[in-house]
Amino acid sequence: MKNWFMLTLVGKDRAGIVAKISAVLYQENCNLGEASMTRLGGNFTIMLMIQFDGLMRDLDRILQPVCDSLTLHYHVNPIEGELHHHREPDVRISVHGADKAGIVADVTRALASAGLDILNLESDVAGTSENPLYIMNIEGVAVKGITALNDALQALDCGSDVEVHLSEIDILRG
Amino acid sequence: MIMAVLEILVYPDQRLKQKSKPVEVFNDSLSRFIADLEETMRAGPGGVGIAAPQVGCFERVIVVDVSCKPRIKNHGRLVMVNPEIAEKEGNVVGREGCMSVPDYTGNVARWDRIVVNALDEFVHPQTYVMEGYEARAVQHEMDHLDGLLFLDRLVSRRGNLFPRKVYKKPRNAGRDG
Repeated sequence: MKNWFMLTLVGKDRAGIVAKISAVLYQENCNLGEASMTRLGGNFTIMLMIQFDGLMRDLDRILQPVCDSLTLHYHVNPIEGELHHHREPDVRISVHGADKAGIVADVTRALASAGLDILNLESDVAGTSENPLYIMNIEGVAVKGITALNDALQALDCGSDVEVHLSEIDILRG
Repeated sequence: MIMAVLEILVYPDQRLKQKSKPVEVFNDSLSRFIADLEETMRAGPGGVGIAAPQVGCFERVIVVDVSCKPRIKNHGRLVMVNPEIAEKEGNVVGREGCMSVPDYTGNVARWDRIVVNALDEFVHPQTYVMEGYEARAVQHEMDHLDGLLFLDRLVSRRGNLFPRKVYKKPRNAGRDG
């Protein structure tokens, strides 16, 4: 098998989606690669690498019935399926505090200008509807070094109700 | 002594999942093996520890040396035979990788401070009090002796806070944050 595709699925969450989708793909001779599934605001979301010998329209034929039955929206893109070359992060930035507009833009602009290459970003809105709490975790590579990121964060003013933590990731190889 | 770089077993090789036996025979053959084990650790890029089962020898021997890392408390080069953790405290999450698990790293919770009893390569009983990165390395390698990989201890990457520095400018003093 040589062709890789990225399948994106979005819809109302329910138990058993991953099992049903992966069973159909397996029956149709698809090989699965890396995947990331999470609930965002109660919605089911997954991005899933699929290795498949056929064409996009063949994947449509496979996916349409099962996605219709689960009321999921799907989207497929042809991709380069590069495996076994994970880049490892050397820094982690955690942001948490009051949920207010502009936190992501402010923090990521400062970090990007100081040379952060983001590898992974996850955020949640927790707390209550009256008092929403925003939590974001970023992992990345400090292309210009950790000091540059430290300086950029020190110059950043997110307000007294938002905290930004930076920690180096020192991978232990044993 | 001529030392050799040994072949590393790579998971899912099931031999990595077996429990290793205590060393009972201390001879030249063991000394030569320890030298080769250390050579193999140093040949791996960034390797700070190795356990005998990683090279297919199922005896309780580990080598750890984190002295190459800057600003980290360490005991230098450590050979530990039949190591046992006597005391442990604290809990800290850190990122680990393994020569036996290529192209993957993950977050693992370990004891922050440990006291380890072990025999050194000269069969002298030793007690080491260690913390942080070095303690993590010893726990990672000791896990190999019990057939455990860091994959068996992964904690979610999501939601782990391990804060060190806080960047917060008090702007509205008196207001609750």
